[in-house]
Amino acid sequence: MDFFFNLFSDPVGFWNSHTLLISQIGINGIIATSMFLVLYSGQLSLAAPGFMAVGAYTSVLMELYWHTPFAVNIAAGTLLAALGGLLVGLPVLRLRGVFLAIATIGFIEALRLGVILNVPITGEGLGLKHAADPLGGVPIILVSLVVTVFLVWRLTKGRLGSAWSAIRQDEIAALSQGINVAQYKMIAFVFSALLAGYGGALEAHLTFIVAPGDEQYGVTRAVQILTFAVLGGSGFVLGPLAGALIVTLLPYIFLQAGPYINVFSGIFLIAVIVFRPQGIVGRGGLAIVRPAWWPRARARAPSPG
Amino acid sequence: MDQQIVNAIFIGSIYALFAVGYTLVFGILDILNLAHSAVFMLGAALTYSLVVNHGQPFAVACILGIAASAFMGLVIEYVCLRPLRRRQAPPIAALISTIGLALVIVAAIEQGTSSSIFSWLWVDGANSVAFPAGTVPNPIWHIGDLTLEASKVAIIPITIALMLVLGYVMRYTQVGRGLRAVAENPRAARLMGLDVDRMISLTLVISSALGGLAGIMFGVALGDISPYIGRDNVEVRGLAVIVLGGMGSIPGAVIGGYLLGVVEVLTLVTLGSGASGGVAFAALFLMLVLRPQGLFGTRLRERI
Repeated sequence: MDFFFNLFSDPVGFWNSHTLLISQIGINGIIATSMFLVLYSGQLSLAAPGFMAVGAYTSVLMELYWHTPFAVNIAAGTLLAALGGLLVGLPVLRLRGVFLAIATIGFIEALRLGVILNVPITGEGLGLKHAADPLGGVPIILVSLVVTVFLVWRLTKGRLGSAWSAIRQDEIAALSQGINVAQYKMIAFVFSALLAGYGGALEAHLTFIVAPGDEQYGVTRAVQILTFAVLGGSGFVLGPLAGALIVTLLPYIFLQAGPYINVFSGIFLIAVIVFRPQGIVGRGGLAIVRPAWWPRARARAPSPG
Repeated sequence: MDQQIVNAIFIGSIYALFAVGYTLVFGILDILNLAHSAVFMLGAALTYSLVVNHGQPFAVACILGIAASAFMGLVIEYVCLRPLRRRQAPPIAALISTIGLALVIVAAIEQGTSSSIFSWLWVDGANSVAFPAGTVPNPIWHIGDLTLEASKVAIIPITIALMLVLGYVMRYTQVGRGLRAVAENPRAARLMGLDVDRMISLTLVISSALGGLAGIMFGVALGDISPYIGRDNVEVRGLAVIVLGGMGSIPGAVIGGYLLGVVEVLTLVTLGSGASGGVAFAALFLMLVLRPQGLFGTRLRERI
């Protein structure tokens, strides 16, 4: 519990000694917001790690070969990821539900195992080392996070958001109301790719290396990002953010468990999702259901009259 | 090359057996049970542990391993799925709860060292181990250029026999009719007097027992048992297999398993080991884009 104790007793010292953790939370928050966008429009897409890889590798390669300024690299990575979103979205957005999820898993693993591991310019399995860490520290990430969340929140409140909401609740009804479902889904998918690319490009500059690990750009990461959104609740933009915060902090929450940390993390995940199926942020209390062996509550006497 | 094709068929059988469990649950519940790969690993790890650390004969260990896997199916149902059904949770929630359970199972095995509280379960931590030679009688036959190990050859008849039995049960018995009724429409099935919860428990028990058996076969034939065999070898490939064959289709999963085995080996031979992983996923992606109902699926299920 030292970790949380320090947070309150010595916030400045905490800030200085956990820069990497705070940055990681910020980046996971951006990625979680990207996941929120697709879920909010009713698409179970797990493509985020693929677009993160696009953003990360583009920005690092530009830095290594063209020595362009940091902001240009990030912008290029972000835009290329959005373009990737458009290209991937064209074929896959006809799919729904779990089919979309599996198709996007196919995409991210084909990109990681097929392309990144086989094209020499990406450093293959070893990854790319880049010299400097031009990231102005945590502030850039946190400001980006706040701006991202605010923008996405505004989007969900506007015309786009209403359309997405309608599509999520009932696609056929939305279609019959004259909403161009394909177009609005594509907009959400491309925005989501853009944010993932941005988060990926920033993340590549957290450390001095980008490497194509499974927990970085593979299925494991995709599942983690999905967990952010579902655990936090995907009905409101702050939900995935809360999910990202909690999941990133899980190792600290269960610090006492030592080596059994993943056992407790798993139990925690199950407990949260069982008692709060709609996610942590959202309407309603704990979903407690009377087990079969628990005595029925006594019926109240009917009111007179 | 011939040898490679034979290997493809061996590994394809394991994929098929694993994927049938996946597809059975998906077909009946419309839920992807992501703890299935952890059950696969648990079956292999527990059987190994019973043979090596507890000195049981292989046959006993196998039966106990499969029984433990089947029991895990009940755990999945009672811990991860039934509470969510009671609360009318969105299907995506079941994805997360089964991921949580998989995390717990893998972490428990991973931490199993001789001094930990899981030492009765597993003592090799994160290491990869193999059954000591001689555990399973394993004569090696040479036919032409082919080298056939009995432990691998045995996989094929076992897989096919189990699939035939499963196919028969699903099609011609009272239980199978009940399961198919639940798959078609749980509410109508309940109104017809079926105990839906019991049918779902049964589905998970069958599915997990098959998963555990697939894990044991993997461990025996490939000599690789570690906490990560489920995650690294079959988790995503299982998805690919059920998509290739058509989600929810049992014959589809079997054919899909062999197909994936062959595709992987062919790309390995023609393009080298680097590309083989990527090609399988690219095939998965293309399949979904071009024919999302799979090779044998008849209709698209819309819910997850």
